[in-house]
Amino acid sequence: MTATDQTATKQTATEQTTTEQTAAAAYKWVGTRPVRPDGVDKVTGKAQFGADRVLPGMLEGVVARSPHAHARIVSIDTTAAAAMPGVHAVITGADFPDLSDSGASADDVSRSRNVMARDKVLYVGHVVAAVAAQTRRQARAAADAIVVEYDVLDHVLTLDQATADGAPLLHPEMVARGIDPEDARPNTASRVAHERGDLDVGFANADVIIERSFTTQAVHQGYIEPHAAVADVTRDGRAELWCSSQGHFAIRSMSTTVLGWELSDVKVTPAEIGGGFGGKTTIYLEPLSLLLSQRSGRPVRMVMDRNEVFTASGPTSGSNIRVKLGATAAGALTAADIMLEYEAGAFPGSPVGAAAMTAIACYDVPNFSVVGFDVVLNRPKTAAYRAPGAPAAAFAVESVLDEVARELSIDPIDLRLMNAAVEGTQASYGPTFPRIGFVETLEAIRHCDHYQSPLGPNQGRGIGCGFWFNVGGNSTATVNVHEDGRLTVMTGSPDIGGSRSSMALFAAEELGIDVNTIQSIIGDTDTIGFADVTGGSRVTLSTGAAVIEACREMREDLCRRAALMWDVDRDLVEWVDGRAQHVDRTETPLSLADVAAKAGRTGGPISVTAAMNMRGAGAGFSTQVVDVEIDPETGQTSVVRFTTAQDAGTAIHPSYVEGQMQGGVVQGIGWALNETYTYREDGSLDNDSFLDYRVPVASDLPMIDTIIVEVPNPAHPYGVRGVGEVGIVPTMGAVANAIHDAIGHRLCDLPMSPMRILDAINQGNG
Amino acid sequence: MRYSAPTTVDEALATLTAEPNARVFAGATDLIPQLRSGRPEPALIVDLKRIDRLRGVTLTDATWTIGAATPTSHLTRNAGFAADFPGLTEAAGLIGSDQIQNRSSLGGNLCNASPAADSVPALIANDARVVVASASGERVVRVDGITIGPGATSLAPGEFIIEFQLDRPAASTSDAYLRMIPRTEMDIAVVGAAARITTDGGLCTGATIVLGAVAPIATRVNDAETALVGSTFTDDALAAVAAAASAACDPIDDKRGTIAYRRQVAGVLARRAVALARMRSTASSNESSQT
Repeated sequence: MTATDQTATKQTATEQTTTEQTAAAAYKWVGTRPVRPDGVDKVTGKAQFGADRVLPGMLEGVVARSPHAHARIVSIDTTAAAAMPGVHAVITGADFPDLSDSGASADDVSRSRNVMARDKVLYVGHVVAAVAAQTRRQARAAADAIVVEYDVLDHVLTLDQATADGAPLLHPEMVARGIDPEDARPNTASRVAHERGDLDVGFANADVIIERSFTTQAVHQGYIEPHAAVADVTRDGRAELWCSSQGHFAIRSMSTTVLGWELSDVKVTPAEIGGGFGGKTTIYLEPLSLLLSQRSGRPVRMVMDRNEVFTASGPTSGSNIRVKLGATAAGALTAADIMLEYEAGAFPGSPVGAAAMTAIACYDVPNFSVVGFDVVLNRPKTAAYRAPGAPAAAFAVESVLDEVARELSIDPIDLRLMNAAVEGTQASYGPTFPRIGFVETLEAIRHCDHYQSPLGPNQGRGIGCGFWFNVGGNSTATVNVHEDGRLTVMTGSPDIGGSRSSMALFAAEELGIDVNTIQSIIGDTDTIGFADVTGGSRVTLSTGAAVIEACREMREDLCRRAALMWDVDRDLVEWVDGRAQHVDRTETPLSLADVAAKAGRTGGPISVTAAMNMRGAGAGFSTQVVDVEIDPETGQTSVVRFTTAQDAGTAIHPSYVEGQMQGGVVQGIGWALNETYTYREDGSLDNDSFLDYRVPVASDLPMIDTIIVEVPNPAHPYGVRGVGEVGIVPTMGAVANAIHDAIGHRLCDLPMSPMRILDAINQGNG
Repeated sequence: MRYSAPTTVDEALATLTAEPNARVFAGATDLIPQLRSGRPEPALIVDLKRIDRLRGVTLTDATWTIGAATPTSHLTRNAGFAADFPGLTEAAGLIGSDQIQNRSSLGGNLCNASPAADSVPALIANDARVVVASASGERVVRVDGITIGPGATSLAPGEFIIEFQLDRPAASTSDAYLRMIPRTEMDIAVVGAAARITTDGGLCTGATIVLGAVAPIATRVNDAETALVGSTFTDDALAAVAAAASAACDPIDDKRGTIAYRRQVAGVLARRAVALARMRSTASSNESSQT
């Protein structure tokens, strides 16, 4: 059955942008599109984001940053700064514990040195000190008055520079993982490898072999809200922190680790978040504001400027990638040989591991070798970004697949269908796939109107596919019934993609009550049990499972209470349409409000908490088709039509699913066409603003048409699969393939800017 | 840093005489980003947009007068002006975003003296003049006499622009402005090209072609004009326009564009701007003949 055979049954959206087929026909609330609970506050400016917190006596904190890409810190003199008007506290690396001998993990040591340099600065923008003063101007002036003596070292800004023989070393003490000492290369932190079968045999069996080398550039997540934190440390040693993040529990543990404080002494309250995309899963200002508040005895607010966001908060990696694929004349892939080199930034930890695991996960290839290297260089430490590692690898693999299809004169979707991973395929990274929906996404695109439509002059069409694991993890949900019978659902998962609505939909479905009467909120670290970060597309799946479990337990409790009220056996009560009902209809049904009114006589307040570590995240797949039009005289690319199909398992709130699908595509288009970091030779960033760091603007984009495919995840009570990330994975490859179709040239280097495209056209003409 | 908002030209001149370390502004759409990016603060910033003479779009006899601080959105919404100068209107409408358009002004765009200023090539192509306020009295200067280099103007300290003057175009004359940016809006021109064309039937009887963003200041391409005037817009003539425009470029390599790219695309845009202005000039002559 193709995805389009499943018919739409539930459609409340006014704007019909999608061909919807929902498996949620059996549900009353799941699959509907209630208005988002946070929407009005956001459009009226009432929502409180990280920087909006104001406390009496609050100071403003700013950061002093390194002007050098690589230097030893000889000395820091803060005397003059500390004596300046309005200044209450000045901190440097000397005020933080040195975690390197404390048994802390390598990641914790890196994080501690990233938020505040010790001994060495490793990129322009690396923090060397922070100041709290009565006004931001005073704080800025004091930060500028801090005297740092540097011993400037040679720096490396590119993968090729970093790994060249004799390159200056960022971390001379670094021990490379997974590399034999005789194979060691400068600044290479680790090697990962996934191998199966025999490459020589695989390529010997191939009728066509295509090999290409690719480069991709570091790109920023581009969230609109800059990092911000407000800290208030009280005299008794307790501390409160307000900030937007993708996980306030993680912010608490990371901040207290780098400060050497007791974890539970700090309460972190999540603010509304203005975009994260992975980049708000780590700390920058949070520990600085806490320490400045402790030192000054006053609340301290810190807010990054946009140039600080670009200069010093996490982009994702740039990469060098080589892909060699072999296939039979009939189109069966026989071998894949892939090398991935990823920029980690100033400290180890690029997503090259995930890149190696995902690179050919869409396909069933008998012989392959995927090897990845994690390389440090004098740029900001990278942070997670939507399907970390996967998009660049997919760009390279999907580009070469397109060449294979052209060489063999096979339709690009047919080629992918012939080699597609299905239920029972052993994934390239190890496990065997349970039921997955990759083929269904390919079929959905093959049959959509877009794929069948003719192209105009100077236009080209490209296909791309992508895979993302999705994850489960730890979540807590508390469901409280108020005295009036209404419900509050509280979780510990910050809402970056509409999860408050989805949590309310699960509760409405489970308890049979109107979703619009349910409050869905996020508790602080003192109020709700632990939750992992909102990342890995995990919240609807895992936090949703906790909500579902809590509601099921509550339904049981409500039936028990009704039985007490009627003085009948529990077995004679069932919960139907939001009411307790006697199976023989001998009693007047009891609503939630009826049961709540008598709660004191049936066991006290009605409240259930469920906490779990969810397993069984369903893998996500996406297939996309894009049409571009190229101006052959300027190299300008217009994206004229885009359709994305994605397996959502079950779409709980279809508008949010579409939003995630469209958002991923838009970010992928930016990455493909224009986004890049431009460094000066001295290692400083030349485009640290949205003017010259070109994310797509609305007029750059066509409507991104969505096809939600629903192949339910067998491990989740509602069949949920994560939807937040995989939508960005296919896009760059799809755009590259469309450009190739339009101009007849393969672009292997991102971004595929007008200049690069005109160069390719000129070379073809010359 | 102090702020002052005079309401007359004389008051503004007096304020500027009293404080040499002052900067005038209209919408501040360049000033504020510059200060935020760390440029030294002047002692005084002088807001000119409360001076009546600096605001408004009026047509008197055959001359348009545009107050130097008039928001560009007022200009682009003026149907009469847009009919006379479709190219200049487009250029003014390209500055920033819709929100910026309610603040940005021709005076600011000119005096910021960016090589990539969108309105300047179109102003020059249309022989625009400015009235400069000075302690020694007002004087009229052609727009191409204002910018002398990136960020530098011929205005003396304490001087500012009061208004722009543009004579209505002659019959069968129209203009066009095209720019290249890597996206569709909210960007700085990598190349800009303005053309004003006069036609007589199929013949080109007048041409002014000015490039932006390819040299320290907006650049008039005399060779392209020579190649065009007297031609019937043949492919050869248009190719000569493109070649002359490419040759006239003296661009820099920077994060927004390479020298080779700017040169090549300047030729393309000059040719396209000429073709568009020609089409409009023909349309305007049809309208004239109907009335």
